[in-house]
Amino acid sequence: MNTTIMLFLLQDGITNGAIYALLGLALVLVFAVTRVILIPQGEFVTYGALTYASLAAGQMPGTAKLAFAMGLVAFAFDLYAARKSLHWQRIARAFALNVVFPGLVLAATVWAAGQRPPAGINLVLALLIVAAIGLSLYRVVFQPLAHTSVLVLLIASVGCHLALQGLGLLFFGAEGQRGPTLLNASAVLGPLRFTGQGMAVYGITIAFIVALWLFFGLTLYGKALRATAVNRLGARLVGIRTTLSGQIAFLLAATIGALSGILIVPITTLYYDSGFLIGLKGFVAAIIGGLVSYPLTAVAALLVGIVEAFSSFYASNFKEVIVFTLLIPVLVLRSLAAPAVEEEKD
Amino acid sequence: MSTLLSVEDAHVSYGKVEAVRSVSLEVGDNEIVTIIGANGAGKTTLLSAIMGVLPLKGRVAFAGENLARLEIEDRVALGLSLVPEHRELFASMNVEDNLELGAFRMSKARTAAGFEHVYMLFPRLKERRKQLAGTLSGGEQQMLAMGRALMGAPKLLMLDEPSLGLAPIIVAGIFEIIAKLRQDGVSVLLVEQNAKAALQVADRAYVMELGEFVLNGKASEIATDQRVAASYLGFAESAAAG
Repeated sequence: MNTTIMLFLLQDGITNGAIYALLGLALVLVFAVTRVILIPQGEFVTYGALTYASLAAGQMPGTAKLAFAMGLVAFAFDLYAARKSLHWQRIARAFALNVVFPGLVLAATVWAAGQRPPAGINLVLALLIVAAIGLSLYRVVFQPLAHTSVLVLLIASVGCHLALQGLGLLFFGAEGQRGPTLLNASAVLGPLRFTGQGMAVYGITIAFIVALWLFFGLTLYGKALRATAVNRLGARLVGIRTTLSGQIAFLLAATIGALSGILIVPITTLYYDSGFLIGLKGFVAAIIGGLVSYPLTAVAALLVGIVEAFSSFYASNFKEVIVFTLLIPVLVLRSLAAPAVEEEKD
Repeated sequence: MSTLLSVEDAHVSYGKVEAVRSVSLEVGDNEIVTIIGANGAGKTTLLSAIMGVLPLKGRVAFAGENLARLEIEDRVALGLSLVPEHRELFASMNVEDNLELGAFRMSKARTAAGFEHVYMLFPRLKERRKQLAGTLSGGEQQMLAMGRALMGAPKLLMLDEPSLGLAPIIVAGIFEIIAKLRQDGVSVLLVEQNAKAALQVADRAYVMELGEFVLNGKASEIATDQRVAASYLGFAESAAAG
């Protein structure tokens, strides 16, 4: 192998690794705040990517209608939960969040679908649609289960993944789609060619990670989310609602998932079920980070990307096998290093 | 004096075990009330249930509102605050962030006033404001837990064993602060094993044994009660009798 190929593979690996890093961070965030292992993260990726591609092709994406329908169900849940003490303020908030927000997004999508608007508008619409789905998914599925065990939450999570994947097939069909690139410029540096899309992936990933870091470090809501992750009871005792933290976590995770999808869909053809595998690679990174460490997860994601790039060059048939095999030594090391935990007494 | 917190015929159970049985209690405006009793008497359980951490059977009203259907967060909004036995701090966040989150529901102006007030009560916290909560000493953690609760401007502060595991000099400081809180219009419901210190600072006291109140009255009278002296104040029986 010569240096050119190596550099080329590294570049490819880092591009993918950046996207896995975003997904891994979202998984760690959701798990820390809500204890949900977010299997449907992959569907957020697919929905974001294919919604963006459909809009670019001038089609009306079914996800916008799903977002509105799920919003209505979520609002019904809120009404039912508040039936004993009807606070108008709270109901107005729920109405704005669950009905008005997805309704406006749906209206904008219907308008945009016939217009072939610029890529920027498609990107924003796709993000909003998936964000609304993520928000309602938390309200409808995970909020009522918030007090249950991690295992129950995991089973619900797998159920959501299957349902959303089936709906994905319904909305987008079995055909793969590709979206237009976000940036068309390209630059050549030595043997490497940096495409505009590649630059967009780096730029947006870095900007998003910096934005997340500022959000968690400086804003009150960011700190509240960290507080819930660190000590749920402590957070409730100062008046931070677990529901609020859960909503923000799911909103962020859905947005991150959709963004990752939009970043990849100009590079690779995505199918209705492609997201699952992409999400799983983010999951590998999150596991290496122990589902707690953000920096470790980001580094692990780059490693996953690079290993994937090299193994697809040397042994493309075993590409996935090699990536997921990374987990085994990590799990062995972690279980050896972990302190013995006493069985829970009940 | 008007009633701030009233608990009537409260029962709290862990599964089939009833840890608190038919307990009634009142805390008035600007009053310091203590519940004393041995380890395992059900004091912590009772406080947790009043806060809404555990389910409670019976009637609990705070500032005229029935708490039955309210979540912990709604009770905080009404002005009820609990400093739990294990403090439940945000260990990986610094002192300042812990305090800021204590004022999560407050306006910017009230948060600023809260910081000033808490740093005045606990100058130590100001010195340590950039230090992670998990690295503080036990006494500092207790101060931070109380400070964080005070940031939310509660009407009633419930303290669960604030002296647990702390050096005597620090305990004295904490009891001084508790006495000061009354001047700021904060009522205190104090659960303590350190009965002597608790009875000195409190107006009224309840004595709890095996999940029930066996005695209540003015703190000064409880402090001179022979049974209390024998069981909780550490005097030998003969000395108390004589």
